[in-house]
This record gives sequence, C-alpha cells and structure tokens, in this order.
Amino acid sequence: MSALAPTRDAATDPPGGGPRRRLALPASAAITVAVLAGAGVLSLVVGARAVPLEALWEPGHPLAPVVQARFERTVLGLAVGAALGLAGALMQGLTRNPLADPGILGVNAGATFAMVVGMSTFGLATMGQFLPLAFAGAALAAVLVHTIASLGRDGATPMKLATTGAALTAGLSSWTTGLLLADRRTMESFRYWQVGTIGGRGFDVLLSGLPFLAAGTLLALTGARLLNTLALGDDLARGLGRRTTRDRLVIALAIVLLAGTATALAGPIAFVGLVVPHVVRGLVGPDHARVLPFSMLAGAALVVVADTVGRVVLPPSEVQVGIMAAAVGVPVFLALVRRTGRAL
Amino acid sequence: MSLTVHRPVTASPAPGRAADAADARVVVRRARRAPRRHLLRLVGVLVVVLVGAFAARVLLGDYTVTIPDFVRILGGEQIPGATYIVMESKLPRAVLAVLAGLAFGIGGAIFQTTLRNPLASPDIVGVSLGASAAAVSAITLAGWSGWPVSAAAVAGALGVALAVRGVAGDHGGFRLVLAGIGLAAAMQSVIQYVFTRVDEWDVQLVLRWLTGSVNGVAWPSIGLLALSLAVLLPATAWAARSLPATELGDDTAAGLGVGRGRTDVLMLLGVLLVAVGVAAAGPIAFVAFLSGPIARALNRGRTTLLAAGLVGAVIVLVGDHVGAYAFADLNLPVGVVTGAFGAPFLLWLLARGHTGRRVA
Repeated sequence: MSALAPTRDAATDPPGGGPRRRLALPASAAITVAVLAGAGVLSLVVGARAVPLEALWEPGHPLAPVVQARFERTVLGLAVGAALGLAGALMQGLTRNPLADPGILGVNAGATFAMVVGMSTFGLATMGQFLPLAFAGAALAAVLVHTIASLGRDGATPMKLATTGAALTAGLSSWTTGLLLADRRTMESFRYWQVGTIGGRGFDVLLSGLPFLAAGTLLALTGARLLNTLALGDDLARGLGRRTTRDRLVIALAIVLLAGTATALAGPIAFVGLVVPHVVRGLVGPDHARVLPFSMLAGAALVVVADTVGRVVLPPSEVQVGIMAAAVGVPVFLALVRRTGRAL
Repeated sequence: MSLTVHRPVTASPAPGRAADAADARVVVRRARRAPRRHLLRLVGVLVVVLVGAFAARVLLGDYTVTIPDFVRILGGEQIPGATYIVMESKLPRAVLAVLAGLAFGIGGAIFQTTLRNPLASPDIVGVSLGASAAAVSAITLAGWSGWPVSAAAVAGALGVALAVRGVAGDHGGFRLVLAGIGLAAAMQSVIQYVFTRVDEWDVQLVLRWLTGSVNGVAWPSIGLLALSLAVLLPATAWAARSLPATELGDDTAAGLGVGRGRTDVLMLLGVLLVAVGVAAAGPIAFVAFLSGPIARALNRGRTTLLAAGLVGAVIVLVGDHVGAYAFADLNLPVGVVTGAFGAPFLLWLLARGHTGRRVA
C-alpha cells in the first residue's frame, strides 16, 4: 500500500493542489492524537485562573472545583468539535463543494430558529425537547438551501450554495431576533448561546445529546465508502451499482444529526466544519475513510484550542468559541475563495 | 468574409419619402423621450407615496395626531403629551427613516450598478456590517460620540470594501460576493464580541448595531446624517453622470471615455453614503439590496439612483411602521422587519438563477 499511495494521491489530488509528499498514516495519526491530548490538558490548565498541573490528579486540591468545571467544558468542546468537523467533511464530500460548512450553508441557523420557536411559543425548556426541533430545523434548512441553489441551468454551484445559505441565515436570524424580542427572559439566556459557547454547561446537557452524536458518527463513518463513490460523479457511481439518492439521504441524515446536536449543545458555531477538512485532506489525502475520522479529531482539537485561547486572549472577558472560530475560519474562507475562484 | 455594404431598402416610392422621414423622426423622438417621461412620472409617484408613508408614520399609530395639531407643534406650540410624542419619538424616527433609506437605497444601487451584480450590495458584501462594527467599537470601547463615530463608521466601511476588493481582485462577480459574505461573518463576530464586553446588556444597543433600528435616535445624530447627505448626494449626482457608460462594463466604459477613476469615485461615494447611514441607524438589513432592483423594475429595467433612494426611504418608513404597530405590545426594530421580508426576496432572486452568472 505504501508503494501505491503516492501515485494514487497524485492522481486524485484536486487541480491546483499538485502532488505533494505526505506523512505516513501512523505518523499523521500520532501527531493528531498528540495535538488533541495537548489541547485537552491546556484547556484544563489555562484560563483566568491558571491551575498547576498537579491539581489535575491530586485529590482534594483547592483548585479541584475549577478543574471540574473546566473538565466539563473541555469534554463538551471535544464532542461539539468532533461533530462539527465531521459534519463539515461530510458536507464538503456530499456537495463536492470546498466552501461547504454547516454554518455557511444555513443548517445551524435553521436549528437555532427551530429551537427559539419551540422555546418562545411552546415553552420548551430541556435539552431533550430541543433536540428534535434542532434536527427538524437543520433538515428543513438543508433541504431549502439545496433546493433553491439547485434551480437554474448551472445547478448547485459552490457560489449559489454559499449565497443561498447566507441569505437564509440572514433571514432566519431576523425572525429569531423578532421572536426573542417578544420574550426578554429567553433572550437573556440566549445572549451567549447565540454566539456559540461551551462554557457553563453541565454534563447533563452533553449526556442528552450524546446518543444522537453517536448515531450520527456511526452513520458517517459507515458512509465513507459512499462518499468516495459519489466523488466520482453521479453517473459513474450509478454505474458502479450505487443507489445515489439513498446514499445521499444517509449522509444527509448524518449531517443533520451532527450539526443539529452541536448547535443545540453549543450554539451556532460556523467555520470549524469549513477549515478542518481542508487541513485534514492536506495531511492524509482525499480518501474519505481517512478524512472523516481525522476530521473528527482535528475538529475536537480546534474547538478546544479556540476555547482555551478565547479565555486568555483579551482579558478580563472571555471570547466565545464561536467568535474565535470565525477569527480562524474567515482567513481560510477568503483564501479558499481566492484559490477556487479560477476553477469555478 | 468580404465587406458588404447594406443599402437601405427603399420600399416606398419617392413622393412618400419625405413624409416617412418626418414620421420616423417623430417616432424616434418619442422613443427617446419615453424613458425620461416614465422616470419623471415614477419619481412623482414615489414622492407621493413617500409623503403618504411619512404622514402615516408621524400622524397615525397608537397615538393619533391631527394635521392641524401637527402644524401647530411644528410651529413650536406646546400641546401636552402630543408635543413630546411627536418631537421626541415619531418625527425623529420618521425623518431618520427617510434619510437612512435614501442613503442605503442610493449607496446600494451604486454598488449593484458599478459592480453589475445585484448580489454585490453593501449589506451582503459586509460593508454595512464593517461600518457598524467600527461604530459600535468606537461607542462602547472608546466611549466616543458625535461625528467621530461617523468617521469610525466610514473607516470601517472603507476597510471592508478595500479588503473585499483585495481578495476578489479585479473580478467582480461571485468571488467578490463570497469574499464579502466571509468578511460580513467576521464583522458580525466583532460586533458580538463587543457586546460581550458591555457590562450591562442593552437590548436596544444590540438591535441597533446588529440589525439596524431608527428607534431612540437623538436629533443631533439625525442632523449629522442630514449634513453628510447634503454634501454626498450632490456629489453623487455629479459623479453618476457616467453611470450609463459604467454599466456597460470596464472596457466599453473606457472606450466611451469613462476611466476607472470615475467609477472608483462613484464607488467611494457609495461606501460613504452607506457608512453615514449606518452611523445613525445601524445596518438596516437588506434595504440597500432591495431598493436598486425594485426601482429598476419600476423604471422598466433602467437604472435610476434617485428612484432607488426613494424606494429605500419608503421601505424603511413602512418597515418601521410595521415593526412598531403590526404586533400588539411588541416594538420590533425596522431591521428585523426588513430582514425577515428581504431574505425571501434574495432567495427568490437566487432561485430564478438570474444572478451570479457573471463569472470574472
């Protein structure tokens, strides 16, 4: 396999990227896991109150409550980041679009809007009640954006998808604001959630979302081969005996589960799903069997690092992880627009 | 292929020729005058609609003021209750709505026409949000007020406009729109960050700078906007004389004697118009985007900045009226209303597939 890898990678590289030498798979895996572990430890130690390392294992250390709070936050960050990274990789594979991301294509906005509707009109309050709404909203938004962008002769180009997603996000956020204005109490609790944050949420929040994250991840990882076939184009995939519509639905379901749960847990965080798959493809190549698991790990690391940096970058206040993600993601987005501009 | 000269086919016999020529002259003259006459009629109708909307905004609503009372209040007479409501709430809102609508409508139409893409309006490519981010930072973090805030808004708008241009290069089209969408997201993050720094969370402040609102603006800010428009609008009228040539594309425009410099001056004026509007009323969603295409459709497919400005003013006035009175005990800012109804229009425009084709 190692002898074949370089030629295959060179053949399947996107135009413009050019063939390049990649690290062997074990090395990439080791680096990613090391980065992830480092990010986790940093997230426990760094913050407004610095914690010495020994507080992590010493029982009864005076700073143990701080560590406990940061541990909950870190685990939530890992879960949300993994879901967003995976959802982004799935969307980019499914739409064959380098600019796809659950935030940019309006899926997160759909989930947010559905949750606010549930909160303000039906008085829902628990995470278990929010999740179905978040899924419904995410699914509706995804279908709407894809349908509108697919109309017209040229089909769903990256440009039309991104613009349609931005339009839907803008409109939905107006409706969301309108609903929130009618209900001040809800608005106050939405203040940080709406920006995207993983701080101050307990394990119970994560636990109610965990089954859906697990289901989405399972679907996604079994769908890696489907994505590889779909990447060849619909005609070829059908010629290879795939039922492309069913395959698409499987992947779309995984995206809705992952992006919907991540939004319900941590608010609409954009750009993580955009940045991570691009970095990962540079590391391990275009095979989805590798891109998907690596995107999970890298997404988790990115969210935790962004959250940690956000705690200390502009004291005394914290910068929410959603804002940090935008700070990292926008330059990457602009670079992608510049690079893909000629090809499209 | 050989060069051939097509001779005009003369079908009619000689005696009728003079009469035909006279007829043709009349027809041509009429065809040339028709658009002008239509534009005049359109502007007249829009002004009437605007005055009607203005009157409705000031006189009607939850507190009705009669016209004689209104005139007396303007004359300085003190009528208990009514004077305060008109002078401190209704009138400033209505005046600001007209001024901001004019600024956004004309600024948006300039962007859409010179970039030749209806999606390339300042509120979609992040210029409005750039102005808003700079203004809200100046107000909350630096504690500025008055004209320095407007200056900060101008700087923010210019910064985003230059950044979009830097990323998109010389090509308009979808690269510009995508770069703008990315920068708009960044600017929104900046605004959201500024709000997390504010100790006491002021809902009105958030609404003004994220979605745009004409509520609770003091007369001095409105005066500043009026003063800026008094300078910018005549300058725009002068610079826009070259607009019909600019619309034909860079090369054709250059061939007709309109260089890039003229276009750049016009774009700069568009950025300034949007920035001073944002400094007073916040980035009222989709007004700049909607006004141009609506005015164009009303004007039988011809671009008109004046009509775009009037349409913008009507949209903001009506949007503010709807937001204030359509829902009982709920005072929605105008930006929420225009955003909620403007986005479907954008989606419809995308669905029709008439946009974004102009690649490079």
